[in-house]
Amino acid sequence: MAEHARPATTGRHTRLDAYADRYASRTKGMTASEIRALFAVASRPEVVSLAGGMPSISGLPLDAVAESVADLISTRGVSALQYGSGQGDPVLREQICTVMALEGIVAHPDDVVVTVGSQQGLDLVTRIFCDPGDVVVCEAPSYVGALGVFRAYECDVVHVEMDEHGLVPEALRDTLGAARHAGTRVKLVYSVPTYHNPAGVTLTAARRAEVLEICATHDVLLVEDNPYGLLGFTDGPPRAMRADEDERVVYLGSFSKTFAPGLRVGWVLAPHAVREKLVLAQESATLCPPSFSQAVVSTYLAEHDWRGQVKAFQETYRERRDAMLAALDEHLPPGTRWTRPDGGFYVWLTLPAGLDAKAMLPRAVTARVAYVPGTAFYADGAGRRSMRLSYCHPTPERIDVGVRRLAGVLGAELDLRATFGSSTPAAGRGSSPYEMPEPDSS
Amino acid sequence: MNEQRAHDPSAASTAPAHGGRVVVLAGGLSHEREVSLRSGRRVGEALRRRGLEVDQRDVGADLVPALTADPPDCVLPLLHGQAGEDGALREVLELVGVPYVGSRPAACRLAFDKPVAKAVVARAGVRTPAAVALPADTFKELGAAGVMDLLLGRIGLPLVVKPARGGSALGCAVVRAPDELPGAMVGCFGYDAVALVERFVVGTEVAVTVLDQGHDAEPPRTLPAVEIRPDGGVYDYAARYTAGATEFVVPAELGDPAAAACAVTAVTVHDALGLRHLSRSDLVVDAAGQVWFLEANVAPGVTETSLVPLALEAAGLDLGGVVAGLVDRSVAADRSIVDA
Repeated sequence: MAEHARPATTGRHTRLDAYADRYASRTKGMTASEIRALFAVASRPEVVSLAGGMPSISGLPLDAVAESVADLISTRGVSALQYGSGQGDPVLREQICTVMALEGIVAHPDDVVVTVGSQQGLDLVTRIFCDPGDVVVCEAPSYVGALGVFRAYECDVVHVEMDEHGLVPEALRDTLGAARHAGTRVKLVYSVPTYHNPAGVTLTAARRAEVLEICATHDVLLVEDNPYGLLGFTDGPPRAMRADEDERVVYLGSFSKTFAPGLRVGWVLAPHAVREKLVLAQESATLCPPSFSQAVVSTYLAEHDWRGQVKAFQETYRERRDAMLAALDEHLPPGTRWTRPDGGFYVWLTLPAGLDAKAMLPRAVTARVAYVPGTAFYADGAGRRSMRLSYCHPTPERIDVGVRRLAGVLGAELDLRATFGSSTPAAGRGSSPYEMPEPDSS
Repeated sequence: MNEQRAHDPSAASTAPAHGGRVVVLAGGLSHEREVSLRSGRRVGEALRRRGLEVDQRDVGADLVPALTADPPDCVLPLLHGQAGEDGALREVLELVGVPYVGSRPAACRLAFDKPVAKAVVARAGVRTPAAVALPADTFKELGAAGVMDLLLGRIGLPLVVKPARGGSALGCAVVRAPDELPGAMVGCFGYDAVALVERFVVGTEVAVTVLDQGHDAEPPRTLPAVEIRPDGGVYDYAARYTAGATEFVVPAELGDPAAAACAVTAVTVHDALGLRHLSRSDLVVDAAGQVWFLEANVAPGVTETSLVPLALEAAGLDLGGVVAGLVDRSVAADRSIVDA
């Protein structure tokens, strides 16, 4: 043995975490990541961030909201700052039913549970339905926040193929059939059917009926996550799936995109028995959703032209969507494909063969533009060739600047790949990464 | 300054004699922004506990006007990555004429560029693994396959690919098979235009901190070596900044000769590169007890999971006390220049 291997003294052994050996197994994936480090740079004003899905809050009538909030505190502060019902404020729940009626949903306030954003709604739904190892079926790609919830509850996520018309029913049928054949019980099908995050596509009406039929055939509960439903750029919001099926659909709604995400107010509309469990779960999680935030939302809905504000948001986001699509059409190299959303916040972009959006991100951040690599939207490591671009927050001018920078990065990356050849790792197991067809303009 | 403080910077228990208001620079636009912010918060708190007035600032267009309009007693640059460690920001601080803690710009330029640093310390007799530094353009112009074959032939496997300039192991990859090399090169060039391809030395990974007050009567001293044992075998970004993911041993469990050799190496590196105040050398001790230099850090991290605080603690020193002492020395040195 080499001499240095004999310690002169015994050193102090430390992991800088006194609890390192005590964490639950579900924390295993909670590690520092290079991607998260890069996003820290994206928060700087020099960087055009096409990464985060932050609503354009500056479009709100903030002065009027401020007056309402001041009046709320002075006239109803005693109740607004007090604990409230675990199910949420009854008046707000009635107003929520009015909001959902715009998407064709007929619901009773008793079946609504107010949550801390719809994110908590999904957490509560998963908590009451899923044991470790239970299967949850998600679109490929799927919302990164949902995948985080399913991971936290140690679910097995199985992705199902999408195309430009949304979830592919035959693929869903095959997946559920295979699970039944294998004796695996699928607990939930999770879907963002309208203005999908991250894919930017919308499930067609015909497919909605088909997906509901498949879920009924296989006796599976569908979770319809619909935060963007009112933010479409065409005539009227698509009819919610929950509007045509009230027993097999749990609906998640949110005021984060139509009003203010900082208030953290969302809701779950669920069948009666499920709702009972959700209220109990909500009480154990938070005692009650925040009374003050609920009061602010309720006051806003009662005193402001919220429908007019939604229309103003639609115009803002339509203008930004147009700016992004125009910039992509103009600047991006051949072989790059992207979706053309009719609403919502996102474009899903697929890179030319051989490129890796995750490996490219450091170069992009150096060039002062940021996006979310596609791998974030898969539970199985797929999506390296894709990225999500958000147009909701930057101005049209900044979007153009950002896309120009992205085009420069893509050019350099293509050059690098031409030099070294493709080194994109194989796609993850179990899913077929959603790659877009040629854009209309190409 | 009393005798004790001159020899033990941690003995400072109140505001230093010269420096009352310190601007901690943290953040920036490098890929290590988050690490820098964490370092800044920790040092800022440590200095406040020592009674100093601390103003933590990010680096942007408003920095020079702010420093010029209201010069602090001292600046503490804790920016990691390019702008923070390549000497550029420190050049600006010298132009502004404000004292700062840490190495001078010229030394930073040498240390931050890994191939240059390796060449400089090698000339000083320090052993460093065989390596080749090449820009991406060379592969493009001469053909990547042929150049990579040459690299594999010269360096051998396993090897490490790392950005010539950068930190926190961002863009670094250990290559154990030839077909892993192209991907490693592409990943590396995402962080820098030049890649350092270096022989991978199997052994005990240690970090040695050098504390140097710039005091003529007291030469640079080393703190106990910190041994690094990452759970996954590689000290990558996640292993560095996830509490609990790496086991550290302080002092490193080396035999006396190897421990002494590490200390000598770190001081030699510090001197050869012309570093000042505080530096950290990353070393590997191989099975034969030979010490290999990997890289030097002019603005080593001081986050909750960083190596320098561990070394300070093992030496019985307090982070706030040491940094306050260095602030004191920087202000004194600056005044002596002005006085001269």
